[in-house]
This record gives sequence, structure tokens and C-alpha cells, in this order.
Amino acid sequence: MKQTIKQVFLYFLPLLTVATSCRDDELVVPTEYDIIGDECAQSAVRGFYLVNEGNMGSNKCTLDFYDYMTGLYSRNFYSEKNPNVIKELGDVGNDIGIYGSKLYVVVNCSHKVEILDARTGIRLGQTDIPNCRYVRFYRGKAYVSSYVGPVLIDANAPKGAVYEVDTLDFHITRKVSVGYQPEEMEIVADYMYVANSGGYRAPNYDNTVSVIQMIDFKQVQQIPVGINLHRLKKDRYDKLWITSRGDYQTRPSRLYVMQKKPGFNQMTLTDTIPVACSNMAFHGDSLYYYATEWNNYTASNTISYGIIDIRTKEIISDNFITDGTDKEITIPYGIAVHPETGEIFVTDAKNYVSSGTLYCFTPDGRKKWSVRTGDIPAHITFLYK
Amino acid sequence: MSHKISFIIILLFTAEYALHAAEQADTTARQLHEIVVTTHRPARDIIPVQTLSGEELKRLNSNSVADALRYFSGVQVKDYGGVGGIKTVNIRSMGTNHTGVVYDGVELGNAQNGQIDLGQFSLDNVEALSLYNGQKSEILQPAKDFGSAGTIYMRTRTPIFSDGEVYHARATIRTGSFDLLNPSALVELKLGQNVTASLNTEWLNSSGKYKFRYRRVNPAGELAYDTTAIRENGDINATRIEANVYGSLRSGNWTFKGYNYNSERGVPGAIVNNVWRRGERIWDTNSFVQGRYNGFFGHFSTLNNLKYAFYRTHYVNNDDKQVKIDNLYRQKELYFSSANEYQLTNNWRISASYDFQWNDLDADVYGFVKPDRISQFLSAATAVDFGRLKVQASALGSFIHDRIKGQQAPSDKSVFTPAVYVNLYPMKRKELSVRAFYKRSFRMPTFNDLYYADMGNSKLSPERVTQYNIGVLYEYNRESSWLSALRLSADVYYNKVKDKIVAYPKGQQFRWTMLNLGLVDIRGTDFTGMITANPYTDLYLTLRLQYTYQRAIDVTNPADNYYKGQIPYIPHHSGSVVANAQWRGWSLNYSWIYVGERYNQQENIRYNYTQPWYTSDISLSKDLTIRNVNLRVLVEINNLLSQDYDVILNYPMPKRNYRFTLTVEI
Repeated sequence: MKQTIKQVFLYFLPLLTVATSCRDDELVVPTEYDIIGDECAQSAVRGFYLVNEGNMGSNKCTLDFYDYMTGLYSRNFYSEKNPNVIKELGDVGNDIGIYGSKLYVVVNCSHKVEILDARTGIRLGQTDIPNCRYVRFYRGKAYVSSYVGPVLIDANAPKGAVYEVDTLDFHITRKVSVGYQPEEMEIVADYMYVANSGGYRAPNYDNTVSVIQMIDFKQVQQIPVGINLHRLKKDRYDKLWITSRGDYQTRPSRLYVMQKKPGFNQMTLTDTIPVACSNMAFHGDSLYYYATEWNNYTASNTISYGIIDIRTKEIISDNFITDGTDKEITIPYGIAVHPETGEIFVTDAKNYVSSGTLYCFTPDGRKKWSVRTGDIPAHITFLYK
Repeated sequence: MSHKISFIIILLFTAEYALHAAEQADTTARQLHEIVVTTHRPARDIIPVQTLSGEELKRLNSNSVADALRYFSGVQVKDYGGVGGIKTVNIRSMGTNHTGVVYDGVELGNAQNGQIDLGQFSLDNVEALSLYNGQKSEILQPAKDFGSAGTIYMRTRTPIFSDGEVYHARATIRTGSFDLLNPSALVELKLGQNVTASLNTEWLNSSGKYKFRYRRVNPAGELAYDTTAIRENGDINATRIEANVYGSLRSGNWTFKGYNYNSERGVPGAIVNNVWRRGERIWDTNSFVQGRYNGFFGHFSTLNNLKYAFYRTHYVNNDDKQVKIDNLYRQKELYFSSANEYQLTNNWRISASYDFQWNDLDADVYGFVKPDRISQFLSAATAVDFGRLKVQASALGSFIHDRIKGQQAPSDKSVFTPAVYVNLYPMKRKELSVRAFYKRSFRMPTFNDLYYADMGNSKLSPERVTQYNIGVLYEYNRESSWLSALRLSADVYYNKVKDKIVAYPKGQQFRWTMLNLGLVDIRGTDFTGMITANPYTDLYLTLRLQYTYQRAIDVTNPADNYYKGQIPYIPHHSGSVVANAQWRGWSLNYSWIYVGERYNQQENIRYNYTQPWYTSDISLSKDLTIRNVNLRVLVEINNLLSQDYDVILNYPMPKRNYRFTLTVEI
């Protein structure tokens, strides 16, 4: 009997040692490469950067780059290029932009704007801005919207701000208080227009666009447009296209147009386009948009992909994806149009906690290629040669 | 006579009576022989059970109940780090919400999120900790106890007085790393021939500060970065008061308990680039009173419980960079249970139980629907004992009715869940047993799943689990031999989680809703082994081993890029080793815990890979008796090799840390 016990015991012990593996040194997050093969060497566009937001708290904001010279897609290149940065790029990317030779990445939950060399991806520095959201550029300065203003007048309802950052030394030079939780902005003829969301104040959303005079960096006006504003983009005719997220319940998402009346210098709300709009991109006289709306009754998302003629403001297509690929997309989360070829890029954020997909569509809406991205692929900016 | 014997057997069937009997027999020898007691007992359990109790439990370097549960097979503890960090458990990958937690006979509830933070439960007065896969091997138990997919039972110390004794008193002080100051006191009184009482209080104060380190190297082996920082905002200040009165009657017994826990904690949060400190704080008040009456009348036994609980949670986010939050949540629970058992013949018993429970949640959050829920549970069970074959079957009907303010409530739910357990002794000596079970269970969507602002989905159905388990147990006891006890068990199981409640993206802007979408396929095996030896006089050696293999894969949709991937934070391999040596009041304990490689998200890709971790803990204690005063000094070193690891991504765990405990008992 004793013999069998011993045997059983001896068989049991190695199980633990064989099955287990040991801890190694934690390696720098490696870059992965996919061969896409969509090369276009003679184009003025060298490639594009894509920022993946990453889920909150995961510290998985990552950068991808597609190179039209080589046809190679590099996934998550930041750490390999900048291995000495503690805890990598950061938590929740929110915007990306190129100005001059520099690439700016707004990392929302790391409360910073990361500045890289646009050609090499090497880090040049960072500017700390609390709860920063979007970045735009004007006359040698970067402008960053932030949910938190410089002075907390009412601790429970802090107004947002726009920070001005010098693009040479990365220092904050000026800041201005705007509406509640500002999002995107644009600069037209020495005035900046900022979409205020008021997202922290639900259900008392903000509904205004702040107007900032650039010379003295003062807010001169707040124009009521619609509740919970988000996107604000100017087209080639200097009209502003602004989206409202609605209140997610009774008031739907909408698309608004602001423009200057002939002879006046003031933007006024001229049109309300009766479509839901989550995000948009321009090419020529076309505005490409998509919208995701949740339907409580069917417990599913209703997704639309449309084109609007920016001259007539009419919807000329209600699905720019023509080959049925739209059925593969769970949650469209980003959109961009190649400035030369007119190819349309749409990102799919899937369930927000797994790798997304980037789709490239031909101008007539057929899928050209797709590639796996990081978590929540969202914002794209093109790099010129 | 035979009737009387079988009646005693029924009594012994319950774990508590078995332990009490042993304790009464020899209180002073309890320290050494309780291990033996625990090895005896599981032979009667036809359901796989793991127990840690008495001295063995005290010797495991554990701050809280959650730390001790790491030594059970099939259990994964989610630990956000530190003294005040949230700790939840997941049994056999079915999800935290499927784990029932029972404190002195009554299940703890959290209708808001369905999760019990076991970090809040002190081990100071806990005498036994048991984990049942499926349910407890008793048929005289509340209907709710038949409901969970797996259950953890915590039992606190009950006063036992020798002749002539009228009181016991114990004072303990713990101190060490994290600026820990943790005094506690216990007083036990004999109030009368049949009535005893105890009062246990505890204060826990800690800055929660500890050093942690993140280090990366490039593939060539050169250092990329190496940083050590101090964990901030992890402080805790908590008090616990527990009062019990125990009474015995001619044909039964009763107990009454009052419990109050108060704490203020910092929420340390995730360590991400550029963020090393956060401003979230939580205040918790958990209070409950519960009463229990157990009666035995010939063939009939009854067990009745009554409980009222009030939980208050105050959450504040003071971070200047984020949205200001200041929310107050209040939960109330009223619970009543009556379980009744009748013995039809010497080897056949039947039982029926009815439970009523009312939960209410109030919050000062905009648009909050203030839900309340009435749950009723009705169970029927039977146990048949043919000597070498034991069979137990139960069926539970659950009926849930929700009400919400200002909207139409979701439709009532009724769920039927059966379970069957079989235990067979193939050999006459009953050293080897074969056991099997089949059980279905479910979890109701929590108030957060259903009604949380913007995210909740009131159309959710219950999440269902089916479990199949087959296992063998070999037990051997020879008091006289140098190898005094040996216990080996192996179980294989297959679980299926259907209609799993998962967060699903909705609309734009990072919004979610909850859907019954997931399907998880879990196959696993648990091994446990224990050996006790007495090679020389007064020298006792104990070795305890545990190993779990699990393959828990997501089989929801082949189109998902994580299809057939191991679900987050479930390692394929995990295990532990505990070795103990005792000699004349000295006790040396070594424990090693291993959790294998895991993925921190659904997709099993390099970017989500999380390294294995394994820590060694060591403790040394000495018991002294000076006249009538028992003294104990305990020194513990945790994470001896100072491994830098995360259990949860970006929540760093402490490096090497120390604790000193002094206990005085009269």
C-alpha cells in the first residue's frame, strides 16, 4: 500500500514543475509589420499615421504608420522607436496632427501632448495639458482644447479651455477659457471656433460654439448651435460643419452648417442637415460621414455611411460603401480620405477592447484592403513628402 | 438505538459539528490536531470541498480572506494591489458574479454589482474558510445556497468553554510594511448555562504606500527603462465591530449576530504614462444583523435565518483633471429563510426550503431609477445514503420581480435549476472515493447591468452556467505511523457559460450597453495533495499542493478576432505549495503561489500578454504559555524574492514586505 502512495505522489509532483513556465525580463513592446503592397511612390503623400486610443486605464494608446513607399504597415512602432519612455505612449489617445516637421499626439488620460519628429517617429518632447482633447495649428502655434480650464471658478462645473503651445519650445504660451468640455475647433480668418459639448454636465449639455479672437486670445462670443457638440470642421469654402451628439435619448445626433453671410464677418447657423453624424472627412466638394445610432428597441446599432455635396448641402449617397463590406464593420470610429486618390479610410473599433481594423475603400466604395490595428483605431493624419 | 446513531450522523454531516466536536474534545491540542480534523471531514462530503481552518489558516501569510483563497485550486483572485485594493474571486472561470459568499450561515449580497470585495473581510476572527464547487453537501440549508455555481463559506470563531471557565479574552496587534497598524480584540463570555456571547473589534490603518518597479529591456538585453515609484492614494482606515450571542436549547440552538464595517479608502487607480497619482476615494459602511435558529425534533430538523443589511457607499473623484464625481449609493436588504428536513428512513432524507429576499438601491445620480427587487427561492432536495454510494439531488426555483421608478419594469424572471451529486466508495475501506456532479445555475443581471445610467439594459436575461465534474479522492490516515495522513484528489470539469452578460459598444463615443452575448467553454482539472508526517517526536511536517489547469475559451462568434481565445486573466496553469514544520511551539511556514501566463484582454496576442508571477512567503511563529496566558509572536515576510508583478494590468503589486503579529490570549 505504502508503495502505491509513494508512486502516486511521485507522479503528481512533476506536474507542477513541468506545467509551469518562468518569468522573463519584460521586453519593449515590439513593432509588428504587415505587407499591404498598396505602393504609390510618385504620390506627394508619403504615408499616414493612425492613433489607436486604447481602453481607459490600459495604457494602450498606440501609433501605427502606413508607408506608401514600401507598402508596409507598421503596427505599434512608438515603443521600439522610443524605448526609454517610461510606460510608453500613454492612456487613451484622442487626436493626432502634423504641423511642419512635427507630429503631435494628444493623449487624453495621460494629460499630455506628445511631440514626435514626423518623419522618424522619434520623440522630441511633451507638453502637459490636463484632459486634453484635440489639436489644431495656426501661425507657428499649436492649439489644444482641454476639458479643464486654467481657473476653477465652480469646482463642480469647470469650464474648458484652449491652450496655445509654441511649436519650437513646446511651452504653453497662452490659454483661454471657453464653454463646457470643448472638443474640436477650427481657425477661420483670425477667429477660432470651438465646439463645446458639456458632456460632464448631462443632461444640462452645453450647446454653443465659442468664438476666440486670435490676436488677443479672448473669447468674444458664444453662439448657440445644438446640444452636446463634438466635431467642427471647415470645408474648402470656409464653411463650418458641426456635429451634435444629441442626448442619446430623445434628441438625435445632427449635422449643422455655419457660414458667414455675404458682407458680414460673423458666422451664423444656416442649416441643420437632418442626418445623424458621428464623424466626417472632406474630399473635393464631397463630405463623407458615418453615423452610429443605438436603437433601444432592436438593441442594435443603426449605422449609415453617406456623402453630402458641400455646395448644395444635399445628401447624394446614403452608403459610400458599395460592396457590402459595411456589414463587417461593428463600430465605425474614424474616417479619412486620401487627399490625392480620394480613397476612403474607415476604422472599426469593434468592442473597444480588442484589435480594430482599418479599411481602405476605393473612391467608388469597394474594399481595397484592410489591416489589423491596435485597440480603438480612431484618428488619421497624412504625411507629405 | 439505531435511530439515535443515524441522528448523530446527520449532525456530524455538517462541517461545523465535526469541528466543534473536535474542539470540545481537546481545546489545548487544537493547534496540532485540527489539520487532522480537516482531513477526516471531507470524506463525508460528496461534493468537492477545500477547507482551510484553525492554525493552518492563521499561518498562511494572509491579510484578508481574499489572500487565503489563493491557496484553493480552481480559484482566481483579482487583486488590485495593496491593503485597501479591491479583491474579488472567480471560481473555475465562471465569473465573479457566480460566486456565492456566505458569512456565518447567511449569504452576503450586493445587488448593485453582484461582487463581494473579499479584501474587506478580515481573517482576524475567521476560523474556517471553505470552498465548494457547486453547493455544500447538505440538504438542510437555505434555498439560496443551492443557487450559486460555487460558494465560499466563512465561519467565525464560536466560544467553547471548558468546565469552570467563564470568559476568554484575546488581544492582537499587527504592524509592518505599508505603515500598518492593526489592533484587534476579542472577548468571549459565558452568560449562563446555555448562553454565550462574543465581541470582536478591529481597527485597520495603513498608508497603503509601497514601492513598485517597472523595468523593460530591449531584445538585445539593454535596459530601456527602470523606474521605482511609491504607490499613492492607497490608504485605508477601517473599523470592524462584530457581536454574537449563542444559545443552546434542549433540541436546537440559536445565534444572533451584529456586524458593522466602516472604511475610508483611497482608490490608487491604474499606473499609466504621466499619471502616478489619482484622486478617487471611497467610504463604505456595511452593517447587518442576522439571527439563526436551528431545531431538531426527532426525524424533523429546521434551520431558519433572518437578516437585515444596510450598505452605504460614497464615491468621490477629486481629481482636478477629471470630471468631478460625488455619488452616494445606499443598499438595503431584507432576507428570510426557512429550511426544513425530514428523515424518511435511516438512509433517506428530504428537505424543502423557502427564501424571501428584498433588495433596494438608492443613489443620488441623475436619472437613477431607484430599483428594488423581490426574489423568492424555493428548493427541494433529497439525500440517499447506501453506505458505499451516496446520492444527493436538488432543484431550485427562483422567482424575481423588479420594480423601478418612473419606467416600466422588466418582466418577472423565473428560473429552474437542478443539481445531482453522486459519491461512490469502490473499495470497502472507504479510502478511495469517486464523485461526480452535474449542476445548472444562473446569475441575475445586477442593478448596474440593468439600470446603470445610459449603460444598463433592462431587457437582459439571466446568465446561465452548466457544470459537469468528475473526480477521485484518496485519503489515508494512520495516527500511529510516521506518515500520519495523506490526501490526494483530482477533478476534471466542463463548464459552459451561456448568455454571458458582456459590455457591447453602442452608438459613438465610447459608450456601452450590456447584452446577453457571450458563450464561454471551460474545461479544467484540479489536483490537490496533502501529506502530514511525524518523523520524530514533537516534529510535525505538513505539505500541501494544489494545481489547476484551465482552458476557458470564448466561443461566442467565429467572426470575432478573439474567437477561441483564452478569456482575460485566466491562466492555463496555476498552483501553490505550502510547507509547514512544527516543533514544540515553533512553527515555520513556507508558501509559494504560481499564476501562469495570461492575457489581459480577450485577444491572445503579444500586446495583451501578461507574464506569470510567483511569490514566496515565509513565516515563523512561537507559542508560549506563561501561567494562564498564551502568547504568540509571528513574523511574516511576503514576496520574499521581491518580484515585481501585476495581477491586473497597470496595478502594480508590492515588493517584499513584512508583518509582525503579537497575540495575547487568556
